[in-house]
Amino acid sequence: MSAAHEFEVSRRGVLVVGASAAAAAAAAPAAAQGQGAEPPVIAKVSLEVNGKRRALELDTRTTLLDALREHLHLTGSKKGCDHGQCGACTVIVDGRRINACLTLAVMHEGAKVTTIEGLGQPGALHPMQAAFVKHDGFQCGYCTPGQICSAVAVLNEIKAGVPSHVSGDITAAPQVSVDELRERMSGNICRCGAYSNIVEAITEVAGRTA
Amino acid sequence: MRAFSYERARTPQDASIAVARTPEAKFIAGGTNLLDLMKLEIERPRHLIDVNGLGFDKIETTQDGGLRIGALVRNTDLAAHERVRRDYGVLSRALVSGASGQLRNKATTAGNLLQRTRCPYFYDPAQPCNKREPGSGCGALQGINRQHAVIGASQACIATHPSDMAVAMRVLDATVETLAPDGKTRSIPIADFHRLPGDTPHLETNLAHGELITAVTLPRPIGGAQIYRKVRDRASYAFALVSVAAIVQPDGSGRVAFGGVAHKPWRVEAAEPAMSRGAKAVSERAFTGAKATEQNAFKLPLAERTLAAVLAEARA
Repeated sequence: MSAAHEFEVSRRGVLVVGASAAAAAAAAPAAAQGQGAEPPVIAKVSLEVNGKRRALELDTRTTLLDALREHLHLTGSKKGCDHGQCGACTVIVDGRRINACLTLAVMHEGAKVTTIEGLGQPGALHPMQAAFVKHDGFQCGYCTPGQICSAVAVLNEIKAGVPSHVSGDITAAPQVSVDELRERMSGNICRCGAYSNIVEAITEVAGRTA
Repeated sequence: MRAFSYERARTPQDASIAVARTPEAKFIAGGTNLLDLMKLEIERPRHLIDVNGLGFDKIETTQDGGLRIGALVRNTDLAAHERVRRDYGVLSRALVSGASGQLRNKATTAGNLLQRTRCPYFYDPAQPCNKREPGSGCGALQGINRQHAVIGASQACIATHPSDMAVAMRVLDATVETLAPDGKTRSIPIADFHRLPGDTPHLETNLAHGELITAVTLPRPIGGAQIYRKVRDRASYAFALVSVAAIVQPDGSGRVAFGGVAHKPWRVEAAEPAMSRGAKAVSERAFTGAKATEQNAFKLPLAERTLAAVLAEARA
């Protein structure tokens, strides 16, 4: 969540910060191997990722996102802000969408994790993936895996009766509407601004599965 | 991030004892705020005790018809619970106005109460901050303080508490149930749970080291129009500039608490007899002694106007 949004940051500043963050990320595995003053603590965890049992030995500091990307090489889930502000890392854990960057892998012993790779593959797309393609629900594509995982979970949340900030009567069953989708998807940022097409894609899938 | 050892607590007592006896140990539940701060090395625990397996994930009716909310109930589940939506609407509304769907799926009831301020000086280790590093000064006092507290602050700290849920809990007279390392339990009224900054802004609650929150209980419902109105810089997924949690009865009497204005949810019970006389009368009393900066002075009229809108909605 935004800690410093009241500071103005120039576009150049963002690029410089982004580059240094990328360099730091690249250097992280080396640092995690014990070059720092404090040695890493290694722990075992076993997860079910996209239907497959995966046993890992990880530095306890490893987030679920880094476990998926760096250890299981499932690079569909993206690291955007790494602080839960952008939603690019959204995956579905035990049926719920979460920010994979803000949870530790070791906290998910036995959990069932679904990433974008588990939803569908080329030639056998999930209906939400197909709808994003059909409606141009992306431009650069970086936020898209998170958007799609989030969108699939949003429709389940509406079906389960989870209210939102824009629900008129919170005691009634929520309905799919443009306002509801925009509110419920607000944890997924798209810097290309594909929001209106994303809403169209989700709306189409909601109609199909309603 | 500093290296840490990790264990899953098997019983609440084990968890409490483990935090009390292990240097620099912390509980972890949802982790959405703690891990964020650990990445920035603002929080630097050497040992984490995962309390997620302790079973505090139920919502039960109490003997007097109230609700006992397990400490680990996720924000999404609390907001969606049938009785919360029906009998404690202000709480459901406050929850869904906070954070994002992803965060609410992880964030817990106890963790929400314990979340730290989003003051940018607290978040930036290059800046002075008495909350992060006692004695280092407050960068916000003479800095960028548009988001900061307008009442109850001190020369040491003008941070606000970021929670929406806690503001609703305050207006509902919630009680925080805890377990101490010695096995003793206690019930802390929400009014006494969070502290004002004073000279010790690094102490945010009255919990003892190792004391574990087990539940939050709500008294039996009091009816009325229950409204949470949040004003922020964008329509969704932003912290409050000002928020109002109110319960207004048909005769115009009621309760009100404000968020985004102080180091804790701000409720002045002595202002509430003025509810039937309107927002100005209530705000004048609730914000007596307010001290705004040039940048955040707008929060005082904004709080009054937000309350006026809430009272109009309650009458409609």
